[in-house]
Amino acid sequence: MTRALINAPKTARRGEIVEIRAMLAHPMETGFRTGTMGKAIPRDIINRFVCTWNGEEIFSADLFPAIAANPYLAFTAVATESGTIAFAWTGDDGETRTAETEITVT
Amino acid sequence: MTGRAPRLLVGLLAACLAGSSAPAGDMVDKRSGADFMSPENRAMQADDMSNPGMFAVLDGEQLWNRPEGANGRSCAGCHGEAATSMRGVAARYPAFDERSERPIDLAGRIGECRRTRQEASPLPHESPELIALTAYVAHQSRGMPISPPQDERLAPFRDNGRRLYERRIGQLDLSCASCHDARSGERLGGSVMPQGHPTAYPLYRLEWQAVGSLQRRLRNCMIGVRAEAFAFGAPEIVELELYLMERAAGLPLETPGVRP
Ligand code: HEC
Ligand code: HEC
Repeated sequence: MTRALINAPKTARRGEIVEIRAMLAHPMETGFRTGTMGKAIPRDIINRFVCTWNGEEIFSADLFPAIAANPYLAFTAVATESGTIAFAWTGDDGETRTAETEITVT
Repeated sequence: MTGRAPRLLVGLLAACLAGSSAPAGDMVDKRSGADFMSPENRAMQADDMSNPGMFAVLDGEQLWNRPEGANGRSCAGCHGEAATSMRGVAARYPAFDERSERPIDLAGRIGECRRTRQEASPLPHESPELIALTAYVAHQSRGMPISPPQDERLAPFRDNGRRLYERRIGQLDLSCASCHDARSGERLGGSVMPQGHPTAYPLYRLEWQAVGSLQRRLRNCMIGVRAEAFAFGAPEIVELELYLMERAAGLPLETPGVRP
């Protein structure tokens, strides 16, 4: 189950620069910590984030173990057309969590 | 660093000897811990889209509506909309519990409802489910002033909480008052010492990388002075919570807060 907070405008004017913010609930376990009895806690991080606008990639990032829990990314894009802004976070577990939001461009 | 730590402790001891702890409720210029934070951390708390504590609130909302236990009722099944039934509740906890004839804190009350009304397995202290439900219920009182109940039966417990607050503990021989009354606003290593008001719990602490309860915070402070911390749910820790809420009376609730 994806637990994400997405913040993007519902409407924008064509050509306007909009800010998009996305935060995913995730422990970002570094792999460098030890738990009870000194046993290493296996690494479990989100390593890739991709944002698309009507299927076209507008922003992506590789993430590493030094990034805090609940990775938060904010970036901007030029609003060109109405449609779907989609978000995908892929983790060490090989799973991809997704979320999306609609925007109307006038 | 070496020359500094002993001086800080000597200063703290001198402050304690001077007996400068302010009486409950009379503290001039009561300030939330949020006031002592960096602008970045304040901004993180202020925006629900960047406050990681909101995940706990959203999880809590789902749990509120989920049927549980032998009874098969959800919290909503009995309490309806939390926005109305739970509004203001967190601002007056801990409250007197008729069954145990002792104060009970909000998480304790939720645990009781789950155990006795839903007839479901108890939720362990600090479990994500209990933290989420507590955060969701407390969030319904965000912005409301802390208003401890005027219940005579609570008085002896609150007095004991105050005694615990003023008692020196641990290898460093410091009381809560040594730091939070005598030295608030000053630095302890990298952190600013707040006045120690429990205005924003459960909250997201950056050091924890997680949402935790007031009891977890209090245990951290006790371990910090190398004292043996009260166990989660111990009567003494609830009495401390009770006194702290009285001491913070009037400050608005912030749940879910963010703290360094
Ligand atoms: C050695 C000094 C010291 C002592 C003694 C101490 N604390 Fe603290 N306390 C701190 C510091 C420093 C922080 C803030 C830490 C941070 O935010 O990184 C803090 C935070 C808190 C907070 C959180 C406030 C907020 O805004 O969320 C509470 C509540 C609190 N302490 C209560 C207590 C109680 C009760 C005791 C006694 C059992 C106690 N403290 C003993 C230094 C101390
Ligand atoms: C079968 C009905 C029932 C269910 C289910 C139930 N409760 Fe309750 N709850 C009550 C009743 C009745 C009271 C008031 C009497 C009391 O104090 O026990 C109460 C009291 C409370 C209070 C204290 C309110 C106050 O004003 O002091 C809280 C908080 C609370 N419940 C939370 C929850 C949560 C969270 C859940 C789900 C985990 C839940 N309850 C499930 C019946 C229920």
